[in-house]
Amino acid sequence: MNDMRVLERDVDTDAIKIAARGVQVFYGDNHAIKDVDVDIQDKTVTAFIGPSGCGKSTFLRCLNRMNDTIDICRVEGNIHIDGEDIYDRRVDPVQLRAKVGMVFQKPNPFPKSIYDNVAYGPRIHGLAKNKAALDDIVESALRRAAIWDEVKDRLSAPGTGLSGGQQQRLCIARAVATEPEVLLMDEPCSALDPIATAQVEELIDELRQNYSVVIVTHSMQQAARVSQKTAFFHLGNLVEYGETGTIFTNPEDSRTESYITGRIG
Amino acid sequence: MTDATSSPMPAITPVSGKGSLMAQDARTRKRNAAEARFKAYGMIAIGIGMLMLLILVFNIITRGVGAFQQTFVTLEVELLEEKLDKNGNRDPADLAKVSTFGYAPLLRDAFEAKVAELGVETDLDGKDMADILSAGARAQMRDFVLANPDQIGNTVSFEFLASGRVDGYLKDRVSRDSIANDKNISVEQLDLVDQLIDGGTVEKRFNLAFITGADSSDARPESAGMGVSMLGSLFMMLVVLVLSLPIGVAASIYLEEFAPKNWITDIIEVNISNLAAVPSIVFGILGLAVFINYMHLPTSAPLVGGLVLTLMTLPTIIISTRASLKAVPPSIRDAALGVGASKMQSVFHHVLPLAAPGILTGTIIGLAQALGETAPLLLIGMVGFIASNAPDSIASGLLDPNSAMPAQIYEWARRSDPAFYERAWGGIIILLMFLITMNTIAVILRRRFERRW
Repeated sequence: MNDMRVLERDVDTDAIKIAARGVQVFYGDNHAIKDVDVDIQDKTVTAFIGPSGCGKSTFLRCLNRMNDTIDICRVEGNIHIDGEDIYDRRVDPVQLRAKVGMVFQKPNPFPKSIYDNVAYGPRIHGLAKNKAALDDIVESALRRAAIWDEVKDRLSAPGTGLSGGQQQRLCIARAVATEPEVLLMDEPCSALDPIATAQVEELIDELRQNYSVVIVTHSMQQAARVSQKTAFFHLGNLVEYGETGTIFTNPEDSRTESYITGRIG
Repeated sequence: MTDATSSPMPAITPVSGKGSLMAQDARTRKRNAAEARFKAYGMIAIGIGMLMLLILVFNIITRGVGAFQQTFVTLEVELLEEKLDKNGNRDPADLAKVSTFGYAPLLRDAFEAKVAELGVETDLDGKDMADILSAGARAQMRDFVLANPDQIGNTVSFEFLASGRVDGYLKDRVSRDSIANDKNISVEQLDLVDQLIDGGTVEKRFNLAFITGADSSDARPESAGMGVSMLGSLFMMLVVLVLSLPIGVAASIYLEEFAPKNWITDIIEVNISNLAAVPSIVFGILGLAVFINYMHLPTSAPLVGGLVLTLMTLPTIIISTRASLKAVPPSIRDAALGVGASKMQSVFHHVLPLAAPGILTGTIIGLAQALGETAPLLLIGMVGFIASNAPDSIASGLLDPNSAMPAQIYEWARRSDPAFYERAWGGIIILLMFLITMNTIAVILRRRFERRW
């Protein structure tokens, strides 16, 4: 695409963090995800792209079992994180979600103070032994989310009073405060203006140092800018998965080519 | 662009086939007329509603406000030792032997002395003069003497309630014409009252006893009060609050957040909605059958009344709690689950605090509804006649027989003496005050805590 940076970037590591085999998702009678196999690498940004309703968000929500909250949703197949089947009976989804954090499409800070927003996760997981340790966790999470300088003087102000971009970065800080290993982002910039989007994208690139990030996006430019790996979904199928540069410059499948050139979507 | 705005408006001759915007076409006129008509209907409907409300409030106030005033007679009574304590040793047992009849001569003497002092001319003897007082006057003296034996022999100033007829005379309810066939009062007595008013002995003023006092027998409407039934209502409301709030909120949280959506929960949901529409008298019969006949709880007790009203209030609380839980945006739940909170943590840490104002509002409105409910109370006998003041009458609170405010109003409205009719309206004013206060609190809570996300 027009941003050539993606071509120069290497994938840091080949270690596989998440492995999915034969994943099928049903909403009642609707077959939303059809037999998806994918390997997601550690310390890498992986983008899921595809037209609306193609199942990319649904698949993302399988990775931390958020689909469990939907009664009619049924997941088949295997998803392993660090070699452990997350749909095993012994796995508690609550523990899983502490390991696999999530940032949502619409910024959704709790109607509490900025401090409490970030401190909530560490508190319920008992990550801080005392107030000082909690303060440190909150500060470092806000720093990693690149919002510390903007909010350090008003930590007790309500999180809902921030601007849209700041709220989304606060939500990212909240997600990283629990020290997850994987960060799922469901169209994190769709409610943001271009400046806020740029800030969040920059942030995603930094988060790659510590986490494996999976991002769902409608914007192909965004996928090209932030990700190293891209997966293209279409009508519930994983059509093509590979290096971002390859997908955008030399797609194998004609459907991928049609989508990235704007003929379907 | 800036140049264009400062240049004069270009003159353009209209060529459009749509015609001028300055004149309305037939369709627009029709549409506007329909809208104006609809607004007029709405205003008429609101006007009728407001008018009815005004008439209602005006009626209640004009008829009921009299109950808050009462006619008092101030008399100096000499507590003669030879009548009250023949032995002179102030032995409480001896003092108690003198019944209220023993105090009648003291009242007669007091009236005769007062008449002589004011120079009032009357043909009435002392006994007839004492009849302008409430039948409770002698009991009032006796209670005073038993409580203060050292006052025997002194002259003490008492404020007695005037009889219901005399009180009615001062409130224009009773006139010389209307008592033609009345054996309880005579024209001569009214003449005496007129002169005593001039002498400052009889006067009408605010009567706290109506708000704090107990009910009285048919013969003494002047001393009847709402106080004890107010306590009965208070005890019932405590029972309702303590039972229906936790049960209702727990049921709603389970149904809304945890229960699987299947036909069983559908049936439960439909039945809760149906229960909210069940006539209250049905709950009364249920309470009679279950709590009194089967569980053998005491009749007329606020505990039973509270249980019955709890059954009645539960559907209201459950429905309003579920509505306020539903109103909390799902993104808040997702956010909590996303950082690894359990279902229960997400509900108790995030959803419930946001739903709390709605839950409180629903609870208060449910309580207000229960407070004004009469029919089920009649069936379980919550119309106890409690004539002695608190705390004697209701010492054990939940299990002693009692009445409730609406039941007390109903009782008074049934009695024949028009003086009770006035008190029924006065009782309605008190009840309405409670309801308005509760609803105001509900509105304030909603305003203060609404929409913080």
